[in-house]
Amino acid sequence: MTTDKPMTTGSKPTAEPVLEIADLSVDFRLDTTTVHAVRGVGLRLAQGETLAVVGESGSGKTATALSVLRLNPQPPCVYAGGRILFDGRDLLTLSEKQLGAIRGQDIAMVFQDPMTSLDPLRRVGAQVAEVLRHHRGLSRAEADAAAVEALDEVGIPDPERRFRQYPHELSGGLRQRVMIAGALVGRPRVLIADEPTTALDVTVQRQILDLLVSLQERHGMAVLLITHDLGVVAETADRVAVMHQGRVVETGDVLDVFHRPADDYTRRLLAATPRLELA
Amino acid sequence: MTTDAGTAPKTRRPLLELAGLRKEFGGRHGTVAVDDVSLTVGEGETLALVGESGCGKTTLTRLLLRLEQPTAGTVRFDGQDLGALAPAELRRLRRQFQVVLQDPYSSMNPRLTISAIVAEPMVTHDPEARGRNGRRQIRERVGALLESVGLDGGIQDRYPHEFSGGQRQRVSIARALAVEPRLVVLDEPTSALDVSVQARILDLLAELQQRRGLTYFFVSHNLAVVQQVADRIAVMRQGRLVEVGEAAQVLRDPQHPYTRQLLDAVPVPDPRRGRRARAAAGADAATAGGTGGGSGGAGHGGPATAGGGR
Repeated sequence: MTTDKPMTTGSKPTAEPVLEIADLSVDFRLDTTTVHAVRGVGLRLAQGETLAVVGESGSGKTATALSVLRLNPQPPCVYAGGRILFDGRDLLTLSEKQLGAIRGQDIAMVFQDPMTSLDPLRRVGAQVAEVLRHHRGLSRAEADAAAVEALDEVGIPDPERRFRQYPHELSGGLRQRVMIAGALVGRPRVLIADEPTTALDVTVQRQILDLLVSLQERHGMAVLLITHDLGVVAETADRVAVMHQGRVVETGDVLDVFHRPADDYTRRLLAATPRLELA
Repeated sequence: MTTDAGTAPKTRRPLLELAGLRKEFGGRHGTVAVDDVSLTVGEGETLALVGESGCGKTTLTRLLLRLEQPTAGTVRFDGQDLGALAPAELRRLRRQFQVVLQDPYSSMNPRLTISAIVAEPMVTHDPEARGRNGRRQIRERVGALLESVGLDGGIQDRYPHEFSGGQRQRVSIARALAVEPRLVVLDEPTSALDVSVQARILDLLAELQQRRGLTYFFVSHNLAVVQQVADRIAVMRQGRLVEVGEAAQVLRDPQHPYTRQLLDAVPVPDPRRGRRARAAAGADAATAGGTGGGSGGAGHGGPATAGGGR
């Protein structure tokens, strides 16, 4: 499989999955109880497609997403069962060292709140360049130049100046762009975006969603998008998986799921979503 | 009409009148958080205040609750200038305007029982609610209030952490209604809730408004929610109201470019009208960044008016 094949719209059911989650179960073992956060989840992410995982709080969508790079806190998290296949390898069985080579390089993540994922004490440019120095062994000058280019690509004005600034000097929208630049600078084949626009104002959200879509079209990476917002799903996803109480209750093409939902919970979720009717 | 700058429809008696409100913070090099805001809210209506973070809507809300003194301008409630009232008079008037905040958990003392939380404004405002007789009376009134917001009256001795976000928001609504206010300020009351819970809370608010003739000042960033609840909409940006009018009018025929920009930005939960529709409409703004290698992206500076299909 080549990594930079331009994407075609929609996913073909026959497309080879770049990432496959099979029968995943994740438990959180607390002092007195065990919470079964993820119960036998299966997801296939094809190259170049955007698969949205949508659900309400407690549905297990974030626990599922974090499992891919084993980022759930252990303890209390226990990966109780299943496989997560990437390049023919089960990510759940890799050593920390093997997984560390994949994190940020082949599979990257963007989180809801950039302020908690960016280091407040380091300049943003250095944080974007870090991936390249760590994974690619680039020299400092090479990595810095690539980082400036990455900031430019995500639409940050005056990237040379921004490169030298600290996270607190940037607005929420710019910080989220920095996060995306840092995630994409290593040219990952899979981008996992966990509520990437939830903390943003609606006009900034629109810009970030458009940016994610255009970057995906340019680089052809697969995107696993975690969100609670069906509006965001409709605007960005090719396929959608609806999660409820730790299970995937429905998976399908966005058009099918939105217009011919098969599952009762999906129907209720769609009915509860307020829509702006301007006609 | 959108041109009548904030006056309430003639059929409604004005309950809340803001005139020339201004609030500056931080002295000489400070900022103007609220800049010459005039707005009238009629009795029994829902006015929605819409704006993005930093636009001044929270400061405006604090000014109208008199939690903050304005630098200039007046707030009149039922004809009385809040700034001209003696402290005791203001305290008496305050029971008529109550507030429900976004995060019900952080607005409740976690060590108080549900009963004590809901009864707090009664004890503050109603001398009869104090003492031994008062306590008995309070249990009855709190039980009735909890039932009126769809909770079991028997939860009075339990604590906030035992309840879900939606249930806690119902408790804070019960608390706001405890002293039978005429105006309720709802500051992003459903923003922290899941959509299915949000829908039920919005239904509850509508029912309570109808039953009690309440006036709502509804602060929100979510235009889809605002469309469901508002009679009129005020759009705020950089401390100023850029547009005020009937809800249907503002949403369908916005007069100010910023209102248009806000409307275009709302994600539409319909894939036929979203990205694919835009892609089908041709190489417009949404895909313009898809080819160039340089400073691409999606037009960070200006409005991302990609809604060609809408």
